[in-house]
Amino acid sequence: MFGTYLRRELFNRRKQTIIIATGMALAIALVIIVNAVSAGVRQAQESVLQSVYGVGTDITVSQPATAQNATGLQGQGGGPRFDFGADSGTDTGTARQVNTSRLQATRGTTVMSASTLSTVQKVQNVASAAAVLSLTNTSFSGTLPNFQQLRQQRQSGQAASPTAPPTGGADGAGGSSFTVDSFSVLGLNPAGKSVGPLASVTLTGGRSFTAADSGKDVVVLDASYAKSASKTVGDTVTIGGTGFSVIGIVTSTGSDSTTAANAYIPLDVAQTLSGQTGKISSVYVKAASSGDIDQIKTALTKSIPGATVSTQADLASTVSGSLGSAGALIANLGTWLSVIVLAAAFLIAILFTISGVTRRTREFGTLKAIGWSNGRIVGQVAGESVVQGLIGGVIGVAVGLLGVLVVNVISPTLTGSISHGGVATAAGRGTGAGAATTGTGGRFAGFGGGGGAFSGLRQASTSTADIALHAPVTVWIIVGAVALAILGGLIAGAVGGWRASRLRPAAALRSVA
Amino acid sequence: MYTLTDVTKTYTQSKRTVVALKDVTLEIPDGQLVAIQGPTGGGKSTLLQMLGALDRPSSGSVQLGSDSLSKQHDTRLAKIRAKEIGFVFQGFNLIPTLTAQENVETALAPLGVTAADRKRRAAEALASVGLADRGNHLPSELSGGQQQRVAIARALVKDPEVLLADEPTGNLDEETRDEIMDLLEGLWRDRGLTVIIVTHDSAVAKRAQRRLHIKHGQVSEVA
Repeated sequence: MFGTYLRRELFNRRKQTIIIATGMALAIALVIIVNAVSAGVRQAQESVLQSVYGVGTDITVSQPATAQNATGLQGQGGGPRFDFGADSGTDTGTARQVNTSRLQATRGTTVMSASTLSTVQKVQNVASAAAVLSLTNTSFSGTLPNFQQLRQQRQSGQAASPTAPPTGGADGAGGSSFTVDSFSVLGLNPAGKSVGPLASVTLTGGRSFTAADSGKDVVVLDASYAKSASKTVGDTVTIGGTGFSVIGIVTSTGSDSTTAANAYIPLDVAQTLSGQTGKISSVYVKAASSGDIDQIKTALTKSIPGATVSTQADLASTVSGSLGSAGALIANLGTWLSVIVLAAAFLIAILFTISGVTRRTREFGTLKAIGWSNGRIVGQVAGESVVQGLIGGVIGVAVGLLGVLVVNVISPTLTGSISHGGVATAAGRGTGAGAATTGTGGRFAGFGGGGGAFSGLRQASTSTADIALHAPVTVWIIVGAVALAILGGLIAGAVGGWRASRLRPAAALRSVA
Repeated sequence: MYTLTDVTKTYTQSKRTVVALKDVTLEIPDGQLVAIQGPTGGGKSTLLQMLGALDRPSSGSVQLGSDSLSKQHDTRLAKIRAKEIGFVFQGFNLIPTLTAQENVETALAPLGVTAADRKRRAAEALASVGLADRGNHLPSELSGGQQQRVAIARALVKDPEVLLADEPTGNLDEETRDEIMDLLEGLWRDRGLTVIIVTHDSAVAKRAQRRLHIKHGQVSEVA
């Protein structure tokens, strides 16, 4: 009887069924699309984050950036500084050839004691941890006038009159020409592979680090950087004035983004060359389980005072660009729109059910008169509402999947940028299937006399990647959406059923008369 | 057998107390065909609701056999209505979305009858009122007289002890009225039911075994 009555009611009161089901379908479709796009944006954010922090990194620990005072090695603003005396470099006759490079902590990072790693490892539920030292290698090479020769010529009276044009240098007229090149270097423990930047990379040539590489001048290069610098396995790269043998080339596991740095070298070598012995800039932490992340964050904040402890969720908020905008849009407009439409659909279902019960007062009064219990009538009303919700849910799932399909076919490209204090890569931009990381560099020409000082380029600590948005749909999203539709039907049915159960049979029949 | 003792029913309408039944004491033995007449607002329908366990008196007691209808819980009253009392209404009160067959089946739903048995008994009930070939029709596809026959089949399909009819011929023309009364009279005779009919129509009342008149909430016998 229940099924027959329900079927007849839904079919013969089609208008009400269509309105309730349509409202529910719209809400459910929106929930599915917003959830899928939201998951897609999250995945894209994770992809950007993983390129920098590595797969499996749940938490990063670093020191907040502090204002840097210019030192003997730094120019104003903290960039690398090169000083040349009159007899610096190699004498080529009329000019001097200078070539020097410097490895120092990346701008925007603050180093901390390497003992922080052991402090982190002692925290409960930390599965593994790895320390890195973020450095920037800046090289200066070029041709300057031979100031010593010029001075000797003046002293011996061979020099031309003060009005005579200068001679020597890169252009034979007393000028200079030099190149400044800069790329990011990451010092890391060659034995640690479970967590950290190299946990997310794919080896495309040579080999990766082993524990035996500690203390050795060996380097693993990012594929994009290796290509731009025309380096391959077996070549030599000069870092901090030391020649490093290229043992491997790596690329990001995700094809959409770059790896964390241009070059990776053993941590102990990085510390020695940069003068940062016993120092690190970041610790990457992997939790035993995702449920432990909050507890670990709290413990780390307590045990390492002043440190910046960031979870993946915290870091996701640092992703900017259109990806960040999309994330904010989904988090704000999308979520609220879903909630409002869902609430409206529920309200429509409730109001129509109540209206239906009111219209059917005589019907329910009659059923009560012939012996139907309140429970049977409530069940009938609730059953009708649940099925209306279910119909809406099924249509909504279909419409939602169609919407997600459209999103995936269009596959809008989002640009994600992340500024990271702990790890620095040069600003670059890639498109489509791969992103390029290129070192910043520049060529300068100038005039000088008697020596000079040059401040290096400011290193940008930003990674940018173009990622095609893919909105994934899981079974759980569909199950959740259908459950929401059923819940809406249940709420409407419960309210409508409650109204029906309150009808006194005599009053219900009298109201008709 | 119905036994009503000092039954009073009052309603509050717009802050005004209305006495619908006043100290009604009455006995209706099993198997009687009773007609209740009286002016509009005299208390006929209220009395029928007390007899049908649809409402409780404000004071006094209503007894159906061994069951005190004035003291039972709603759930028990629903069971009594489901099993022992059949209703026929002036407006037929059929479920508009269900067929004639399904409307009759609704009376068996609370009794836990199996689907197959329900269908069989409903078909038999429709046949007994002369509508064997109208089972698949919706109420809107039937005439007033046919709809009332379906309502009577619905009331009788559960084999009740009592049939209560509230103006069963009020919406019918004279010819159909007589057909319905013939049917009710025949069923009363064949099944030994207690039939209580509320009517304005003296022609209907005259066919009853016993006639009661109710005015200002008070019941009197009509000779």
